[in-house]
Amino acid sequence: MDQPKTCRIKRIVEENPLTRTYFLDCNMKISPGQFLMLWIPGVDEKPFVCSYSGKETGITVEKKGKFTEKLFMMKKGDLVGIRGPYGNGFTKKKNAIALGGGLGAAPIASLIDEFGCDGIIGAHTKSNLLFLSRFKKKVQYSTSDGSYGFKGRPTALLEKKLSEKKYDVVYCCGPEGMMKAVIEICRKYKVECEVSLERYMRCGFGVCGACACNDRLVCKDGPVFNSRQLSGMSDFGNKGMIKSGKKVPLSEYFAWRE
Amino acid sequence: MLKTTFFGKGLKNPLVLASGILGTGSDILNRVGKYAGLVTTKSIGPVERLGNKNPCVLEVAGGIINCVGLPSPGYLHLEEEIHGINTPWIASIYGHSVGDFVKIAKHVSGFNPDFIELNMSCPNTSDGMAFATNKDASIELVKEVKKTTKIRVIAKLTPNVTNIVEIAKSVESAGADAITAINSVGPGMIINADVKKPVLSFKTGGLTGPMIKPIALRCVYQIYENVKIPIIGTGGILTGTDAVEMMMAGASLVGIGSATYKEGVNAFARIAKELESWMKANGYKEVKELVGIAH
Ligand SMILES: Cc1cc2nc3c(=O)[nH]c(=O)nc-3n(C[C@H](O)[C@H](O)[C@H](O)COP(=O)(O)OP(=O)(O)OC[C@H]3O[C@@H](n4cnc5c(N)ncnc54)[C@H](O)[C@@H]3O)c2cc1C
Ligand SMILES: Cc1cc2nc3c(=O)[nH]c(=O)nc-3n(C[C@H](O)[C@H](O)[C@H](O)COP(=O)(O)O)c2cc1C
Ligand code: FES
Repeated sequence: MDQPKTCRIKRIVEENPLTRTYFLDCNMKISPGQFLMLWIPGVDEKPFVCSYSGKETGITVEKKGKFTEKLFMMKKGDLVGIRGPYGNGFTKKKNAIALGGGLGAAPIASLIDEFGCDGIIGAHTKSNLLFLSRFKKKVQYSTSDGSYGFKGRPTALLEKKLSEKKYDVVYCCGPEGMMKAVIEICRKYKVECEVSLERYMRCGFGVCGACACNDRLVCKDGPVFNSRQLSGMSDFGNKGMIKSGKKVPLSEYFAWRE
Repeated sequence: MLKTTFFGKGLKNPLVLASGILGTGSDILNRVGKYAGLVTTKSIGPVERLGNKNPCVLEVAGGIINCVGLPSPGYLHLEEEIHGINTPWIASIYGHSVGDFVKIAKHVSGFNPDFIELNMSCPNTSDGMAFATNKDASIELVKEVKKTTKIRVIAKLTPNVTNIVEIAKSVESAGADAITAINSVGPGMIINADVKKPVLSFKTGGLTGPMIKPIALRCVYQIYENVKIPIIGTGGILTGTDAVEMMMAGASLVGIGSATYKEGVNAFARIAKELESWMKANGYKEVKELVGIAH
């Protein structure tokens, strides 16, 4: 039944001052790229991907606005509701490399766990890098300021990797501008690409239309789309709908609060 | 075989995307329009409105409960959404006063929809039900909108009244060209035992999906016996046979909303196929032959 099931917060890990991972006492089978709807009773309900989905279910959350501020006030043992999993998730292929930029490292980390592929995790600076001690050799890190790992954008590191080795697919999650750049890079190297989109959601299961990106529903047809699908979606990298259903430029969409 | 007409407009089949399902964007409506005869926009309101918080759309036994609460960009911000629509469509509109409806109807007429549907019956706002539960208010509303636009006007009714026939007759007398019946039933409520509180942000929500089909059939059956204008029968249609039954009750066209749950846009292709097989197996050549034969 698509209603929130209650569970308790089992453990909270501080990743950096603005980002925490919440481990939930639930047993939801959720594959990389799929998401769940997290309900804070009396507050609101929002979509989150899993950053841990094996033995433990965990979500990694950045404090941004009303909902996440409330979540940051919650403690171990507090009650939340979850429903899902929703969405399609990434498709498993051989010879893959995954790239997570900023908070986009969340789904990418669980993907690397499950698919066992190579990975790149990037951030502006070392203190923002997620999951630094989680991965051993398969993952390379990049920082724009060079404070850790590769110095430069994660996309530059991706290009370097693609020129060194033949990959069949690139998985990516991060800011939409970065994902656009990754699609271009993949076109250049003739590699398939799958990226994960984010839009405001209500139902999460393909009825209300809140999350539409052109003729696709991000909650149901996505949130993962491949480069072929994205080439027919002019709103990708350009427009998003806010809660009223008004379509606005992405800059406005990401500046909007609710 | 499924081809039909509605006020002379040729439609590929009698299936109609119900309002509030999948939104207002022309791209997504065009996608549905490949499989549905007509598509209806999310109800368009007078000003920008965010709607209710989540959870606002959930599953319940036998269907869906929702308190989306009529989010809308507002009628003046419609262009971006609607331009590019290339499939027969209905503009659904709502307002808090007759004046609201009139100005929105006038504005959307500029986009040349095939029909305008008056959502007189949304249960998820504090004043939403007023028009479809009151005879005089419904008459005034339809009359005023009819004066404003040349586009044909459909009145959408709520089942949550003592006597739906009375309202149906009123809107007919006021000049409505057609009726859509029904909107969501209830409202209802769900409570979470662990949290000890209602789950929906608005506490209550309208019920839709298969559980309301018997109510929808009853409403359409009664309306058909009492008015001459055509009916878009909506509520709980999941299969081709459901659609057949709805037409037998008196519906000329069949609205589909909650069936998209789990199945998405494919629901339309499947229902159309099932409807066609049923007609073949039972010797019918045109959907019009089915309308009202349960009487
Ligand atoms: C499929 C999916 C998966 C997601 N996974 C995660 C996740 O793993 N971790 C996580 O922290 N968040 C995730 N999000 C975003 C999350 O659902 C919330 O939108 C976000 O946490 C902001 O919520 P808020 O109420 O605290 O902020 P709000 O009060 O809504 O807004 C605060 C700020 O957040 C930004 N913002 C708001 N909404 C969005 C949005 N839809 N997309 C991007 N930015 C937005 C804006 O900059 C805004 O100014 C996901 C969203 C989707 C659709
Ligand atoms: C999520 C959701 C949103 C809806 N929004 C509207 C709306 O904006 N305007 C309207 O007239 N009806 C709205 N409805 C009602 C539907 O158009 C339809 O009348 C109702 O769902 C019954 O049909 P169904 O059982 O096939 O879903 C909505 C229904 C749902 C489930
Ligand atoms: S969130 Fe409702 S359709 Fe995607």
